[in-house]
Order: sequence, then C-alpha cells, then structure tokens
Amino acid sequence: MDQQKNKKYGMVIDLDKCTGCGSCMVACMAENNVPFREDDTDKLLSVSWMQVYRLSNGKAFPHTEECYLPRPCQQCEGHHGHSPCVSVCPATATDYDMHTGIVSQIYTRCFGCRYCMAACPYHVRQFNWWDPVWPTGMERSLNPDVSVRMRGVVEKCSFCFSRYQTSMNKAFLEGRRELEEHEYQTACTQACPAGAIVFGDLNNPKHAVHKLAQPDLAHEGKPRNPKAFRLLERLGTNTKVYYLSSREWVRKAGDNEVKKA
Amino acid sequence: MDSALIPKGVKRCPIGQFALFIAVVGAVLLWGVVAMLLIYIKGLNQTNMNNAYGFALWIWADLAVIALGGGAFFTGLLRYIIGKDELKNIINYAVLIGFVCYSSALLILAIDVGQPLRAWFIFWHANVHSMLTEVAFCLTCYFGVLTIEYVPLVLENRQVDKVPFFHHLSHNMHGIMAIFAATGAFLSFFHQGSLGGVSGVLFGRPFGFRTGINIWPWTFFLYTWSAAACGPCFTIFITRITEMVTRKKLVKDNVIDLLAKIAGWMLLTYITAKIIDTVYWAMVTAPAMGFTLMDFYSNNPGSVYGIWILIAEVGICGLLPAVMLVSSGIRRNPTLLFIAVTLAAIGACLNRWVMVLQTQAVPVLSFEKWFTYMPSWQEIATTILPVAYGIILIALSYRYLPIFPQERELNPIEGGK
Amino acid sequence: MFPFSFEWIWDMSHIVFHGGLWYALSVIGMGLTYCVIKAVYDTVKGPGGGHGHGHH
Repeated sequence: MDQQKNKKYGMVIDLDKCTGCGSCMVACMAENNVPFREDDTDKLLSVSWMQVYRLSNGKAFPHTEECYLPRPCQQCEGHHGHSPCVSVCPATATDYDMHTGIVSQIYTRCFGCRYCMAACPYHVRQFNWWDPVWPTGMERSLNPDVSVRMRGVVEKCSFCFSRYQTSMNKAFLEGRRELEEHEYQTACTQACPAGAIVFGDLNNPKHAVHKLAQPDLAHEGKPRNPKAFRLLERLGTNTKVYYLSSREWVRKAGDNEVKKA
Repeated sequence: MDSALIPKGVKRCPIGQFALFIAVVGAVLLWGVVAMLLIYIKGLNQTNMNNAYGFALWIWADLAVIALGGGAFFTGLLRYIIGKDELKNIINYAVLIGFVCYSSALLILAIDVGQPLRAWFIFWHANVHSMLTEVAFCLTCYFGVLTIEYVPLVLENRQVDKVPFFHHLSHNMHGIMAIFAATGAFLSFFHQGSLGGVSGVLFGRPFGFRTGINIWPWTFFLYTWSAAACGPCFTIFITRITEMVTRKKLVKDNVIDLLAKIAGWMLLTYITAKIIDTVYWAMVTAPAMGFTLMDFYSNNPGSVYGIWILIAEVGICGLLPAVMLVSSGIRRNPTLLFIAVTLAAIGACLNRWVMVLQTQAVPVLSFEKWFTYMPSWQEIATTILPVAYGIILIALSYRYLPIFPQERELNPIEGGK
Repeated sequence: MFPFSFEWIWDMSHIVFHGGLWYALSVIGMGLTYCVIKAVYDTVKGPGGGHGHGHH
C-alpha cells in the first residue's frame, strides 16, 4: 500500500472579497445536479449546498456594515474524525474519510431519518422533501459524474467529490497518485469572479489554503492567521472552511461568546 | 350477542353501544390513515418540517409515547424481579398500555422516515456509535417482549382458552414471565436512555448537548429515570380514565397507592437529578459553548420557548407532582392523585418536547434567528392515529380479555351469570 | 448487524453492542421456544396424564 500522507481538503473564503453575487451557488447547483422547484422562495425547503448569508453589524446608518458569507459544508472533523453528523447516522450513510478529510453522503444508503440534520449546527444538510423534477430537455445538461438523488434522502456539499475522483483517475492513468493543486478544484472556487474562494490541501504547506489560514495541526486546525476564523470554533467541530476578514465584528459573528459582565 | 367472548362474572355494555363507540373512534382512525397514505404517496412535503426542523412533531410523539409506555417495564420489574406482588392486579393493563405505546411509536417511525422501504438498513448497516441505532434495536426487541407479555392475555379469552394448546401456552408463558420481564427491563433501560442520548450527544447543538460519563450523556440516565417515574403515572392515569368511562372500580386502592408511591419517589429523585443537571449545564456546559441560559429562552417569536417552559417542566410538572405523590395524605385523595399523575405525564411530554423541538428552534450560528414550526394537519392526524388505534385496542381488550383480576371482586353481579 | 457485514469491526463498541443484543435475543428466543415446545408436549399429553389424541 503506497504511503500517501493524508490530505485535508479545505477552503479559505475571503469575506473582504465576497460581493454576494451568488455565482458560487449557481455553479454548485449546475455541477452537482441540485434539484429545484418552480417556487423556491422558502429557503428552508429548497436545496442549496452552497448558501450565501448576509450578515450585518446591526448598527444604524451611517455605521451600518454588511458582509456576505458563503457557507458550504464545513466538512467537520470533530475530535479524531467524529463529525457531529457522522457519529449519529444510524445506517452509516455518511462517513468521514481520513484520507481526504471529506464527509461523504451515500444517497442509496440513507433512509431519511434526518438525525444528521438535527445534529448539524450549520444547516448544511438539506432534505429532498420532493422528488427532483427537471424541466423538459434539462436532463441532458445534468452532470453525468454526479448521481441525482431521490425524495426522502439527505444531501449536502461534498467538495465536488466527483471532480476528485475524475482527477485521481486521470492521475492514475498517468502513473501517479498525487494531485497538483489545480487538478482538484471545486465548482464554487472556479466560479467566484472575485477569487474569494480558495481550495486545496490544508496539510500541504505549498497550497494556498495552508498559507492563508495557517492551520495549527497540533491544535485541531485552529487558524494562526489573526484575520482567519472558523464558524462555531468553540463547539469543537474542527471545520475545514476558514474565513478571512479584516473586520472584527465579522470575525466575532463567526462564533458565540458569553459576554463578561 | 358476543357474551360468549366476554370474561366470566363481569358485565359489559350492549354490543350496539360498543360498536357505536368503536365506529366514532374508527372515524378518527380513518382520518389518520388518509393522512398516512398522503404522506406515503406524496412524500414528506406533506408535513411542515423543513431543513431547520428535521426532527419535529413525530419525533416528539415517539419519545413521549415511549416515555409514557415505561410503566410496562417498570411495573414488570417491580412485580417480577423486586417482588411487589400486589402489582399483579395492574401489570396486565400496564403491559397493554405499553404495547399500545410501543406499537404507536413504531407506526409513527414508519411514516416519519424519508425512505420507509429502506428502514431495515438501520439493522443491516448498523452504526453502533449512533444512539438511534441502539434505540431501533432495543425498541424492536422490547416490542417483541411486550407482544410476548400481551399474548397470554389474548390466549386467556374465554373461547380461545378452550383450545388446549393455547391454554397450555399461556400457562407456560406465565410461568417464565419473570425472564421476559427481566429482559424487558434490561432492554428498556438502554432504549429509554438512548432516546435521551439522541439530543445529549449533539455537540453541535448547545441546547441539547450534555457532558456525561464515558459515551453516555447525563440525559441518557435522566430519560430512563423519568420513564420509570412517569410511565407508572401514565398507567394510573389511563386506569382512572378507564374507570370513569366504564363507571366501575377496576383496581383496588392499595395497588394504585403502592404504584403511585413508588412513582412519586422515582419522580422526586429524578427531578433532583434533573435540577442538578440543568444547573450544571446552564452554568458550565452551555457557557463553554458560548451561550448563557437566557440565550435559549429569549427573543423567540411569541415567547413559545420563554423561561416559563423550563419552570413548567421542572416545577409545575416535575417537583409539584413528585411532592404530591410522596405525601400519603395527598396521594390517597382520588382527585389530587389524578391531578398529580396527569401533571407528571405532561412533565415527561414537556421534557421530550423541549429536547427535540427547542433544540431545533434555537439558532446556533450567531447570524441566524429562531426557527418556528407549526405541524401540518397531516402530521397531527398521523399523531392522533395511534391514539385512536390505542383506544380501540384497549376497548377490545377490556371487553374480551381478563385484564383486571380484581374486577369481579370489586363489581359483583347480583344473581350473576 | 452480523460479523460478515461490511461495517463490522472487531472492536469493543461492536462486541459490547452486539454482545448485549444477541444475548437478549437469545434469552427471548429460548424462552419462547421452551414455552411452545412445552405447550405442544402438554397438549399431546392430554388432561390427566394419558394420551388424549390420535388413538381413536
């Protein structure tokens, strides 16, 4: 068995650059055959693996500030591979892969108990309340590398795992097992016009994500970059999506803190 | 017309009256069945659940009904293992109520999952680290035990008992019932506890999360304890309702008094543990995750989850009925006893409600707001469906099976048949 | 659920969980089997100890 160092695929999203345009959401939906309905106004019923949130500092004009925050699946590692969602799935339909750091979702195994949805604090997991209906002709534009899901199962961002598989197949055919940084990039990363999203291997010091976030691998990936933060760091979810912001109120909004009297 | 099926020495209402009663309840049942079919055909979009409320009314109903059905295992434990012989006069009914409760839970679960035909995956591809896996296995096994405990009652129907094989079978089953009761208690300890573990292990949900011992959060033990306390209270509650409907005394006072006293002490010790757990969680666990106690109880629309709900659960429906039940003067007053057991049963339901629904409602990300939820009529109908089914099964069992050993003695028929 | 299934690992969690499960199932199964077999025996034995069936 070849001794490959474990990868930890992660993202760094620069909130100073994000304009909230939503291209990442659109690219994700196109890449991953995400279903939609005629009326998708109820965001709690729609499926959107990448979701852009609008944050506000809550102050009145002229001190109002806003920030757009794209939120993919955080691919939590938890403590030693125990993501909040993985440990609770009763049918082993989701799994934390130690080799890539990605939390998988097996649609054909999932029987829709939604315990993982109850467990996830980021609401990245979405349920197929309906069967997908593709407008006539659109089924020809579906991505053949990504399976479509049926009603009654949970789905979530997989860091475009099909692209990882495609790249690994190509590398294997070329006689190598390691991927270059550019060979495996998610759809949202490539779609972002502002270049706010960066994707790569957090374990690899040569990759941009490692340089930007500076994760402290001895302390469950806590970012050393003072501008970097992770959502809900305090819960110990040990996520792989790092956010950068030069604004303190944005960094503070990423977590909860009991205000000292 | 059906007098041959009715147990000897007891009176039952005319068959016409009974049929009418069944028809009325049956109509409610039918409404539930229609909703169930809609859900199977059209999918879970028939509910008001959404991506913020993956767990909602049905999961609460499952947890509540299993807690209330805890009277079966606890009364069984007291009667067969600890040897409280007087409880033999209520154990049949406790078992029947337990059977109804657990079959209701399984029915609701079958409707709740997104892909019911894959439900067997929970057994075949079991993830032993998940609390729900433990729940599924133990619940199913325990439902088997309850069936085994209920079958002898059915076999003791006057006509069925005439068949020699059935007569011997029920006799033999009664003979080793202690083994089934002990296994049932073992299984119940774990699944009641694991239901508590369902919320307790969610380290992404500070409202539900608890520290604990080894792999078990404190809610594991609190749930088993509260099921042992509130289950018998529910048994007493249903017995009293049955006595009101049938206008007969069915169980002697000393039996009810004993069960109520034990339930009272279980409830008092449980509520003490619950208060300690709540204080520790509020002062240590939740702040470490970035939340104060009042973060979980303020700024929610309509104050549905105001601090009143904690006071109601622990105080009015916890400490109060506990104190009432341990005081013999209050316990022996029929009206006050009824109030106490009702409050205790409501307390268990409230506890399960907050641990399921409030856990979903509370926003964890600082830039999210409280999530609201109101069940759809399909959810309500399918939740009432098992209640209707339970009433019908209890009515049929009461009419045709010797559920209450003391009924003949307490209701002698003059010039009797 | 069984040792031959894909997810099975011979670790403490599996041993404890499935040990308890199969123990409980065995007790229930054996108890039921005993009841049924004894009931058949008692039925065939007939009332009062004689063979009441099959000799007419």
